[in-house]
Amino acid sequence: MSKRIGMEVAIAAAEAVALCRIDVAAVYPITPSTHIAEHLSDIVSNGELDAEFMTVESEHSAMSAIIGASTAGARAFTATGSQGLMYMHEMLPVASAMRLPVVMAIGNRAVSGPLNILNDHGDIMMERDAGWISLFAQNGQEVIDMIIQAFKIAEHRDVMLPVNVSIDGFILTHMVEAMEMPDQEEVDRFLPPFKPFETLHPDQPVSMGAFAGNDIYTEISKSKDMALVNSKKTILQVWKEWKKQFGRSYEPIESYKTDNAEILILTMGSMSETAEIAIDSLRAKGMPVGLLKLKLWRPFPYDELKKAVKGVKVLAVIDRAISYGGSGGPVCGEIRSALYDERNRPAIVNYIIGLGGRDVTPEDFMMIAKAASQAEKKAPKDRYVIYGVRE
Amino acid sequence: MKKAKQIKDLVTDFDLYAPKLVEKEEYFVSGHRACQGCGEALAVRLMTKALGRNAVITCATGCMEIISSNYPFTAWKNPWVHVAFPNAASVGSGVEAGLKTLRRKGRIPDRRVKVVSMGGDGGTADIGLQALSGAMERGHDMLYVCFDNEAYMNTGIQRSSATPFGASTTTAPAGKTSFGNRRWKKNMPEIMAAHGIPYVATASHSYPLDFMNKVKKAVNIEGPCYIHCYSACPTGWRSASNATVKLGRLVVETGMFPLYEIEDGIYKMTVDPPTKRRPIEDYLKLQGRFRHLTPDQIKYIQERVDVEFDKLMKKINKN
Repeated sequence: MSKRIGMEVAIAAAEAVALCRIDVAAVYPITPSTHIAEHLSDIVSNGELDAEFMTVESEHSAMSAIIGASTAGARAFTATGSQGLMYMHEMLPVASAMRLPVVMAIGNRAVSGPLNILNDHGDIMMERDAGWISLFAQNGQEVIDMIIQAFKIAEHRDVMLPVNVSIDGFILTHMVEAMEMPDQEEVDRFLPPFKPFETLHPDQPVSMGAFAGNDIYTEISKSKDMALVNSKKTILQVWKEWKKQFGRSYEPIESYKTDNAEILILTMGSMSETAEIAIDSLRAKGMPVGLLKLKLWRPFPYDELKKAVKGVKVLAVIDRAISYGGSGGPVCGEIRSALYDERNRPAIVNYIIGLGGRDVTPEDFMMIAKAASQAEKKAPKDRYVIYGVRE
Repeated sequence: MKKAKQIKDLVTDFDLYAPKLVEKEEYFVSGHRACQGCGEALAVRLMTKALGRNAVITCATGCMEIISSNYPFTAWKNPWVHVAFPNAASVGSGVEAGLKTLRRKGRIPDRRVKVVSMGGDGGTADIGLQALSGAMERGHDMLYVCFDNEAYMNTGIQRSSATPFGASTTTAPAGKTSFGNRRWKKNMPEIMAAHGIPYVATASHSYPLDFMNKVKKAVNIEGPCYIHCYSACPTGWRSASNATVKLGRLVVETGMFPLYEIEDGIYKMTVDPPTKRRPIEDYLKLQGRFRHLTPDQIKYIQERVDVEFDKLMKKINKN
């Protein structure tokens, strides 16, 4: 039986990892993901989980170690964010190319410089093309659920890819929320033991991580892309199973009050909850506005996006990161490209908000909705707006 | 004490006959793409023979990775993984943690499998030093072997912190105002010994039994061990490909690369250099990388070699 709990989300994330009966965790301290590691080490130290807990000397080694553990056939996990995520950057495309189903929780935090420990999505956006499945949680419940789902998706024979779960730093990681924590029996029923494809063991020697020249690198890259694109099928299947067993439903893009909406706001992560408050208020005033919450960042849900914006006049994409000198918000760049071929696409506006922990309030979304409503008649002067800049 | 001496004598005698007892099976097999006269490939082959079947190898990016694993071929009969340049040790530590927990949980056969990580001098003394230090400090049951050919050979002979003083490399070339590399070789064995690990040793491919005995010893020790193996590189050193074994002997006979081990902090010379060590010039003159050195510069290097050798002997004689 699931248990109703009130708990800090990072602690709950660690509990969820333990319920997945991991074999190895390798972590390096970085705010605001650290509570996940700390609590996981408590669980291991108290003998509640039989696992090796490695306190490595860097995030680079954290990712290297869980890659190593995974090649040995172990279920492996790490948690990081920001500088730590970038420090392990070199290893991320290797994990996906080697098709190792490791799972990583990311306490999303702005990247230096200047040094800032608070939330935005600048860290995960830099790892966009690493070949990982990338999920965004909007609240503590989704953190618990997505971590457990992540192992099942990653280890599925049709997938065999690493998965990361983005958890907004402080806004989610340090928040005490009311959540439902599944029990061990339920998780065991949902998540079968890890059956690795090949392992490093003398009983059946294999070579892994070979060098590949120009005669084969393209083919390997294509197979990785195909694996990631095709993983959506499994992700949807796992979410269906989740709903059946736990009753909570997940979609690549979740709609909120989108019926008859002319204006849609698209958000990711915890700001989706804030945006809901604004939508409620604007709807009460009769404004035809709705919300799209992007949960699946990679593989990008093209079909779901096209379906979700059908008949909509304006789509306001909210980014929490900047692609400097490029598309503005990285999510919006993606969405513009995804909808370019659509005959009746909405006008698209892009607002970048909440950088480096800047508060995002329902009022901000109301302002954005009002500004966006003008975009149908007159295209905005700028391709993107960095919102709320003090000048 | 008497007993110890007897064992030592036995071992000495044993070495006379031991070549016959060396593992016949090859685990690093022919067909790889190493250069003619590659000392590193020779050393790796000897290492795998000493390891036998029951080992898992994690390998840093570098010559040995490139020449042995060109997809879809492999020269490895041991389970082997390459991940990246700086992290052979951290990958190895993860493999060790994985095997340990899976064994404890009964998901793999209940026997000890030794994890061995390997890298070149760049992957060990420079970019991989942090990962190596971390893995050693954490006390994993693993052996790390550095195959030291004294520069970044895979990328084209750039200097590393293990490049000897005076060697000409592509990023520390000898020229009108330069005599080549200006820094003394980083002392990796001492850095590893400072970690307080149970076993540290130096080795050379030209003393195969000494090297293999050290690998075997390290495998039997539970805990982190480190072996620093000299590996001649004809391509990078501009030496004759048939001089590799000779160079590996001369470097020991000149006292430039003494073969010793540090077991639980106790220093011991495993191959005694001749009472009168050969002048380093005998070693240097066989290599193009040292050809530009003047007699004064060679004298300067000789003095440093003598000082370092004496320092080591003091540690050895203390025991």
